[in-house]
Amino acid sequence: MCATLSGPAGTPAPTRRALIGGAAATVLACPARAGTAPRVVVVGAGFGGATAARYLARGGAAVSLVEASPTYVACPFSNEVVAGLRGIEAQTFGYDGLGRAGLTLLRATASAVDPDARRVSLADGASLPYDRLILSPGIDLRFDAVPGYDAQAVTAMPHAWKAGAQTVLLARQLAALPEGGTVVLSAPANPYRCPPGPYERASLIAHFLKTRKPRAKLILLDAKDTFSKQKLFEEAWATLYPDVLEHVPLSSGGQVTAVDPAAMVVRTDFAEYKADVACIIPPQRAGRIAVLAGCADRSGWCPIDPVTFESQRVAGIHVIGDAAVAGAMPKSAFSANAQGKVCAQAVLDLLAGRAPQTPKLINTCYSLVAPGYGISIAGVFHPANGLLADVPGAGGTSPLGAPAAQRAQEAAQGEDWYRTITRDAFG
Amino acid sequence: MIRARRARLAAALAVLGANAAPAAEPPPAEIRPPAGAASCTGCHAAGAAMGALDGRPESEIAGALAAFRSGERPATIMNRIARGFDEAESRAIAAWFAGRGTP
Repeated sequence: MCATLSGPAGTPAPTRRALIGGAAATVLACPARAGTAPRVVVVGAGFGGATAARYLARGGAAVSLVEASPTYVACPFSNEVVAGLRGIEAQTFGYDGLGRAGLTLLRATASAVDPDARRVSLADGASLPYDRLILSPGIDLRFDAVPGYDAQAVTAMPHAWKAGAQTVLLARQLAALPEGGTVVLSAPANPYRCPPGPYERASLIAHFLKTRKPRAKLILLDAKDTFSKQKLFEEAWATLYPDVLEHVPLSSGGQVTAVDPAAMVVRTDFAEYKADVACIIPPQRAGRIAVLAGCADRSGWCPIDPVTFESQRVAGIHVIGDAAVAGAMPKSAFSANAQGKVCAQAVLDLLAGRAPQTPKLINTCYSLVAPGYGISIAGVFHPANGLLADVPGAGGTSPLGAPAAQRAQEAAQGEDWYRTITRDAFG
Repeated sequence: MIRARRARLAAALAVLGANAAPAAEPPPAEIRPPAGAASCTGCHAAGAAMGALDGRPESEIAGALAAFRSGERPATIMNRIARGFDEAESRAIAAWFAGRGTP
């Protein structure tokens, strides 16, 4: 039995079928290094977990990466899929590159964590011992937050906030929108995955309506009065979509208080909106395994140490990406990738008995308000008062009133960023 | 000197990466990426318009960061990022990438 992969008494270790690609040989060969290389288990192979696992393997750790899905469907640029500007295949990444990265990729669901015994249980009965555990589970949607919006409602009213089938469904519904129809899109209160995402989605749906569905309208119901890149979005909306997009902020009654998926009705305290297409982005929490591991607090998110990303609640477990409370650092793919690398280095340091260095992390986030019209926000972050705080004087958004050439340049840079970061994460 | 150490380390890691041998000592502390460097490769890679940083001369990277920071060199986004790093941090990042050889 391998040191890195064993079943509890009476249960079999994962079968060869459960292992992906070349990773199988690594495990089954069971190299004679039991007890030597530090064992790190990473749960979740998105932008955070895949990046962390690759960098840990490069640093000499014996890494097991647990992921239930056979492929990854990326959220950045998925609003282009919603608006019919891009196919879902451009968002979809296989894990073959990870299989070649010298780590063990397990296609399995992590179902429990025992932080005292330092073991992760898998749904198939196997268990993985670890010296350090990294959880990068992303988000779960809260189906208890908006009355009427439960797990069944997502067919009639897609969230499309986890890219994949939901993204394609929303794109199809928009394509079938009747002439002069009404689209309702709702944005949640902070914090949630991808702060500018609902506004990019509103922009690109408005572009779709303007070019393909004359006389159709988009109503953006917003549980906030202020949001990321707000002035830039509003500048673009006033120029490009004045007759298409109506933004209803919190102070004008924008918070959705209930939905009726059967009747296609979205309610606020002040009004009732009959929708032909409704996209509800509900409030969120850390992915389930982080909650089961005890890493989430009452907010539903996971407080972490800003130097090592170790959970403030459970020793030996690190949380990165959208699930973490990273202070000023937004929940973005760029953040998750940057955190994955910093966390991997910190874990290597801790396992080697070295003090981790104080990090600095960067976030960059591009949004598209129309084809060829990109805007961005950037930030530099460092640990301060137990959180990741903005480095004073750095960061900020693209300028208002910039020439079209600069917007086009940022749109192209966003495309380049996407190609680069997906390669950095998935190989 | 650093380059030689890195080469030896890379050889060691290549073996470890294949999980084919007992783990040796983990990478020595002095070759850890300096603060901020890990984030750069989120954008900077071969094939992207932003270009890779690996193997570029230290003076070129440090000079570019200084020019972005002062606003002397026009930029879409690097002006906002470079202001998050002082001269010493910028030099450390530049030395790190310069020492990584060509991609």
